[in-house]
Amino acid sequence: MNLLEIKNLKMDFGSGAEALRAVDGVSLTIGAGETVCLVGESGCGKTVTALSIARLVPTPPANYVGGEILLNGRDVLKMSNGELRDIRGGVVSYVFQEPGASLNPVFRVGNQIKESLKLHKPEKATNEEVIRLLKLVGIPAPESRIKNYPFELSGGMQQRVMIAMALASEPKLLVADEPTTALDVTIQAQILELLHDLKQRLGMAILLITHNLGIVGDMADRVAVMYAGQIVELSPAKELLRRPLHPYTKALMNAVPKLAGGATRLSAIPGNVPRIGNFPPGCRFAPRCPIAKPECSEKIPGLVEVEPGRWVRCPFWKGK
Amino acid sequence: MNEIATIQNPTAEQPLSPWQLFWRRLKQRRIAMVGGVILVVLYLVALFAGFVAPYSYDRQDRDRFFHPPTCPRLSGFRLVILRYEQLPGTFVYRAVLNDTKPIHFFVRGDQYKLFGLIPATIHLFGTDDQNYPVYLLGTDQFGRDVFSRLLYGSQISLSIGVVGILLSFTFGMIIGGIAGYFSGWTDTVIMRLCELIMSIPALYLIISLRATFPPGMSSSQVYAMIIIILSFIGWASMARVIRGMTLSLREQQYVLAARALGQTHLKVIVRHILPNTFSYVIVAATLSVPYYILGEVVLSFLGVGIQEPNASWGNMLTAAQNTEYLRNYPWLLAPGAAIFVTVLAFNFLGDGLRDAADTKS
Repeated sequence: MNLLEIKNLKMDFGSGAEALRAVDGVSLTIGAGETVCLVGESGCGKTVTALSIARLVPTPPANYVGGEILLNGRDVLKMSNGELRDIRGGVVSYVFQEPGASLNPVFRVGNQIKESLKLHKPEKATNEEVIRLLKLVGIPAPESRIKNYPFELSGGMQQRVMIAMALASEPKLLVADEPTTALDVTIQAQILELLHDLKQRLGMAILLITHNLGIVGDMADRVAVMYAGQIVELSPAKELLRRPLHPYTKALMNAVPKLAGGATRLSAIPGNVPRIGNFPPGCRFAPRCPIAKPECSEKIPGLVEVEPGRWVRCPFWKGK
Repeated sequence: MNEIATIQNPTAEQPLSPWQLFWRRLKQRRIAMVGGVILVVLYLVALFAGFVAPYSYDRQDRDRFFHPPTCPRLSGFRLVILRYEQLPGTFVYRAVLNDTKPIHFFVRGDQYKLFGLIPATIHLFGTDDQNYPVYLLGTDQFGRDVFSRLLYGSQISLSIGVVGILLSFTFGMIIGGIAGYFSGWTDTVIMRLCELIMSIPALYLIISLRATFPPGMSSSQVYAMIIIILSFIGWASMARVIRGMTLSLREQQYVLAARALGQTHLKVIVRHILPNTFSYVIVAATLSVPYYILGEVVLSFLGVGIQEPNASWGNMLTAAQNTEYLRNYPWLLAPGAAIFVTVLAFNFLGDGLRDAADTKS
C-alpha cells in the first residue's frame, strides 16, 4: 500500500454556477520514503493540492467535488475533525515558503517547537527534546537558540526551526511547499541538503513543491508537472530531466538558464498561465504550445502511460 | 562542518524580549511613568485602606458634623493636631490655639479587616484622644471622616475598573477572535449583536439593566452587579476591534502552520492570534479603566450603585450635589479630586503605553 494515494481529485473554489475548478482530476501516489516533486508555474494548483492532503484548504470557499485522498489507506476527505487533527502533524507535516511568516512572532522558538511536541508526543515535550531536534536540523548552539524570538534568526535558521517543528512529531510524509523560494541560493542548497539528509536518516517521504526545475534533479525520485490544475507529465526524475516528453515540460526546461550556453537570451514560454475559470477547451496548454494542432483545442487529452513509469497528457509527445 | 564550528559561540547576552524592549521605551516617557507611579501608590493605599485610614468608614462622630479638615502642624519634632471648637448652633468650627495633641503612629483604633480577612486594630496614624480627631479631609454630614471613607471607597472604585476590564476584555477578545477567525455567518451574528449593544446609549442601558436586578441587595452583590453591567456594555467595542485584527492575523502563515500541526481552532485563536493583539489590548485596557471607574461613580451618584454606609467615590459625591453644602463645606468634593487624579493618571499611562507599543515611532 502506498503512503499517499490521490485519486482523481477535483476541487472547486466556490460552488454552483460560480465554481472555479482549481484542481482537476489530479492523481498522484507517494510511497513510503519516496521523494516526489510537484513542479509548475504559479497558480497551477500545486499548493492547494498539497494542502488538500491534510485538508487544510478552508471549506468553504473550497469545495471537494470528486476523487479521494488516501493517506495510509484512509480517505482524508471523509475524516472527522478529530481524525484530521491527528494526521496533521502526526502523519503529514508541512514546511512553508516563508519561514519568517510561518513562525509566530510573539513566542520563543523553543516554545513553538514544544507546542508541536505537546500535540503529538506529549511525553517528549521537554527542552532536551527541543534541543535534540534543533541539533538534528543543524542549528548551532541550540541551548541558547531556544530562547530566541523568530525575528532574531536569519531566514535559513528560521526555515531550520520550521523543519524541526515539522519533524517533532515524526511524520511519515513531509510536504515542503517551496521551502527555499524565500532564501538566497547558498542557503537554498543547505536547506535542500538538510532535507535530503533527514530523509535518509528518518526514512520519511517528501512531497517537494517547487517551480524550480534546478532542484528537482538533486532531490526527487519522481516528478509530477502540473499545468492549470492538471498533471501533464509524471515521470522518474532522471528520465524527465534527460528527456522531457510533454511540450510544456520541454518549454520549462528551456527556460532554465544554462551556465554553458553563454550570454544568450533566456527563452520564455509565450503567453500566460490561463486563469482559473477561463481555461481553453481541450488541451489547456494548446494556446501556448509550439506543436499544437487544431484537434488539440477540441478534447482534453488523457494522461497516458507511454513508456514504463512515464505518463504524458499529450498525444503528440513524440513528434514535432 | 568547519564553518558551523566557528560560530558555536552565539551572542553572549540573552536577547531582549519584546516585553523588555517595551519597558525600556516606556521608561523614557516621564509623564507615563508619573501616571504609573501615582497609580501604584493609589492601588497600594487601596489595598491597605483599613490600615492607612485612621477611622472606620462607618464611624460617626455625632459631635462633629461637617468638621473642617484638620491640618497637622509641626511642633518641635512632632506632628500635632489642633482641637476645634464648635460655635453653638452652627456647623462652624474654630481652631483652639495652643491646645494640641501629638499624632502617634501605629496606634490602636477601630477594628478592620486587612485584605478583608485578617482582623486588626492597628492604624498607621491617629491620636489617642477622642477630642482631638485627625480629620485630614474633614467630615461629612454624618460626622464620618472623609479621608477614611475616601480610602475605603478607593477599594471599590479602583478595583471595579480592573476587574471590569479583565472580564469585558476577556470576553471581548475571545468573542471577537471567534468572529474574525470563523467569519461567515458566525461573524455576522456576533457583529450585529455588538452593534445592537453599542447602538443603545450606555447610560440608559446601565440604568435599565440596573432595574432588572432586585432591590435590597448587599453591597458585594451590588459590586458584582455593577461589574457585570459595565462589562456587558464594554465587551462589544473590544470584540469589534479584535475581530478586525483577527481578520488580518488569521491570514498569517503561522496560523496555517499551527493548523498544519493539528492545533484546534480555539487554541489557534487563543494561543496564536490573540497574543498578537496584546500590544493593542494593553493600551486599550489602560485607557478604558477610567470608563469603568466613572461608570461606578455614575451609578452610585444616581443612588443605584454602592449603598450607604459603604463608601465609594460615587456615593460620596452624592453629598456634594447640594450647592449649600458645596459652598460651605468644599472638602466634600475630595472624591471628585481623587477621580480626577486617577483618571488622569490612567490616561497618562495609557498614552505612554501606546507610544511605547508603537514600534514605528
